[in-house]
Amino acid sequence: MKSVCFYFQVHQPYRVKKYRVFDIGNDAEYFNDRGEGNLNNRRIIQKVAQKSYIPTTKLLIELLHRHPEMRVSFSFSGVALEQLSQYAPEVIDLFKQLVDTGRVEILGETYYHSLAFFHSPSEFERQVAKHRETVRKMFGVWPRVFRNTELSYRNDLGEWADKAGYAGVLAEGWDPILGWRSPNYVYRPKGAQNARLLLKNYRLSDDVAFRFSSRDWSEWPLTAEKFAAWLGEAEGDVVNLFMDYETFGEHQWEDTGIFNFLEKLPEELAKNPGMNFRTPSEVIASYDVRDEVDMPNVVTWADTDRDLSAWAGNPMQRSAFEAIYELEDKILLANDLKLLEDWRRLQTSDHFYYMCTKWSNDGDVHAYFSPYESPYDAHIAYMNALSDLKLRLERAK
Amino acid sequence: MKTRVLMFGWEFPPHNSGGLGVACQGLTRAMAARGIEIVFVMPKKLDVHASWARFVFADTGVEARAVNSVLKPYVTGQVYARAMHDAAIYGASLLSEVRRYALLGGQIAKEEQFDVIYAHDWLSFGAGVEAKRVSGKPLIVHVHATEFDRCGGPSGVNKDVYDLEKEGMEAADRVIAVSQFTKDIIMRYYGIPEAKIKVVHNGIDETTEPTGAAGRLRLASLKASGYSIVLFLGRITLQKGPDYFLRAARSVLARDPKVVFLLSGSGDMERQMMDLAASLGISDRVLFTGFLTGADRHEVYAAADLFIMPSVSEPFGITALEAMKTGTPVLVSKQSGVAEAVTHALKADFWDVDEMTNMILGVIRHKGLKQSLSENGKREVSSITWEDAAGKVENVLQETLLSGVQ
Repeated sequence: MKSVCFYFQVHQPYRVKKYRVFDIGNDAEYFNDRGEGNLNNRRIIQKVAQKSYIPTTKLLIELLHRHPEMRVSFSFSGVALEQLSQYAPEVIDLFKQLVDTGRVEILGETYYHSLAFFHSPSEFERQVAKHRETVRKMFGVWPRVFRNTELSYRNDLGEWADKAGYAGVLAEGWDPILGWRSPNYVYRPKGAQNARLLLKNYRLSDDVAFRFSSRDWSEWPLTAEKFAAWLGEAEGDVVNLFMDYETFGEHQWEDTGIFNFLEKLPEELAKNPGMNFRTPSEVIASYDVRDEVDMPNVVTWADTDRDLSAWAGNPMQRSAFEAIYELEDKILLANDLKLLEDWRRLQTSDHFYYMCTKWSNDGDVHAYFSPYESPYDAHIAYMNALSDLKLRLERAK
Repeated sequence: MKTRVLMFGWEFPPHNSGGLGVACQGLTRAMAARGIEIVFVMPKKLDVHASWARFVFADTGVEARAVNSVLKPYVTGQVYARAMHDAAIYGASLLSEVRRYALLGGQIAKEEQFDVIYAHDWLSFGAGVEAKRVSGKPLIVHVHATEFDRCGGPSGVNKDVYDLEKEGMEAADRVIAVSQFTKDIIMRYYGIPEAKIKVVHNGIDETTEPTGAAGRLRLASLKASGYSIVLFLGRITLQKGPDYFLRAARSVLARDPKVVFLLSGSGDMERQMMDLAASLGISDRVLFTGFLTGADRHEVYAAADLFIMPSVSEPFGITALEAMKTGTPVLVSKQSGVAEAVTHALKADFWDVDEMTNMILGVIRHKGLKQSLSENGKREVSSITWEDAAGKVENVLQETLLSGVQ
């Protein structure tokens, strides 16, 4: 038997508005842009809900009813759940219906979709705990498998997850790390006893997430039949298809045929008696460990470098990280919930990604995902907001 | 067989008052490197040298008299009239000067062997048109600036200058614009069809980048005392937006007094800007350096924490590339050609003093921002070369020669 394991990431940051130097000391609201642009979080949430979350989730609920063997998994960032509750509560109801089928697993992550693991282990633990509590309250389940922001992973994360009692961790199946090994097996993180490592099959995942509508691609158009055949041909125990949930309807628009593709996929897979659906926990329970994987350096699912350079590759990004995490002790001592909340919202990885200058010369990927005119504008708004936060912190004493 | 170009210019380093001369130097050198033969014509005898081009001076051999014109390529008709009034001894008007150059241009065209005529900006267009009339060879005009830029918009445009520009562009077989920004102006205000215009961004390389040792201006001591330096370098004229620079300076100084604003250049608004600095109450934080060249120019670029080009209407803006080459972060107005050519620059509308303030303080306060702009800008500008520009110009030359005279 061979399994297909879907994991969809749902995340939306609190984008910092065009916060200018004049606002420092005068405006403690950093995330409340109400304009017509892409910094208006309410507008973005509602747009993505309409284009992607609502139609895709309705379709998945229907598919789960139609195909009793089907399984999928999700990771919801806490800040996405918060904003959806506020601006598009229908999506939360649909997510609950999904989870209520009993065939949808929810993964653990940091509430603020942060990279705290690499900057402050204690803050990381607090954000994981807050996320776990939110998921429990909202959906009545405990996450048993962990995935870190941007699928970032290093040996010590595997060790941490092992000690924290998780059944497993997800990571990128990056060839330079795997060497001759295939991502299509269950592995053991170096240094872990019980936890397992599931690796993204990025080729097959990206066929859907990135290449689906690309007419330059020799395999275009990608049909469910063709894709199911590829999955059937893949060697190994499990094909891990990890992708952003916005793939459906937002990154790949409805007119590309992405919804039809998703709808047809389960029935195409059902034609192959050697294949089934499994959630990450089920995969871990179903297959033996093949080998230990050693990842001493951070690996992420981003671009061709697969490291943290999209978030911490330039001096702006590094100084922003430094500036936000050096406030930790003071923020915790201040005992002010609003301050704490704003400080944490400013840790979301997207803020740092918007400051990325790696691709600015030819950079369509970057431009597509950034609501700012330039990485420099993003940095200025962020640092101004942080200056105000520091001022509030001084006043709170 | 080499393509031979008869090129009409107006100024050439070291005898230049602005970007036009720098552009002619960089472009001709890179064109010559591609095997294009250039005869560079200037209106009067000057001591210029460039191994890659032969210089011809319109006044030599015609009359034993240098044209001591006060004419500068950037003055508008009105300013020229005023200058002429002050210097009545020169006795020639702007337009008669240009017409004289045009006639001499025709004469030179009779004497030289060439395949195509090339004229830089309106002061040379007449000579180019006349050379085309005399020789029947195709004409390319290269627009580095229009009257609309010099006047900062449609109001105050000098009709005679406009007519000369339009006539040159209409007579030309091809028009080269230094930016899309300029191409849009050429289509909108001069009615030149889009298909005839080709955009070629300026470049910068070792021939035209500023170099030299720091020291004479003693800016290092200012920096050592903890001051940040914000630089304006360009002609102090309406087009360049020095008034917006000073208004941003006041706004910055209200929040951070440890900043010095340098106004480097000369121009008809210099006096007015000194008065404005005084009335804004920031005279002690604004330094007027006058027009700088060579090592001094390099020193101000290198000392500055941020270079600002707040131009109201800037066809290109080579100074921004010079600053980037020196590793200095730049803030350019969105109303500039260079804003479309570079990514690693801060960009704001020239009138948005608040946004400029926000950006200036951002660079001063946040070292990471300054460092990223500096590193990325320096890397980016190393790929914006005259070689590239000359390659595009060569394509235009070939197209023009293939399609013949229109």
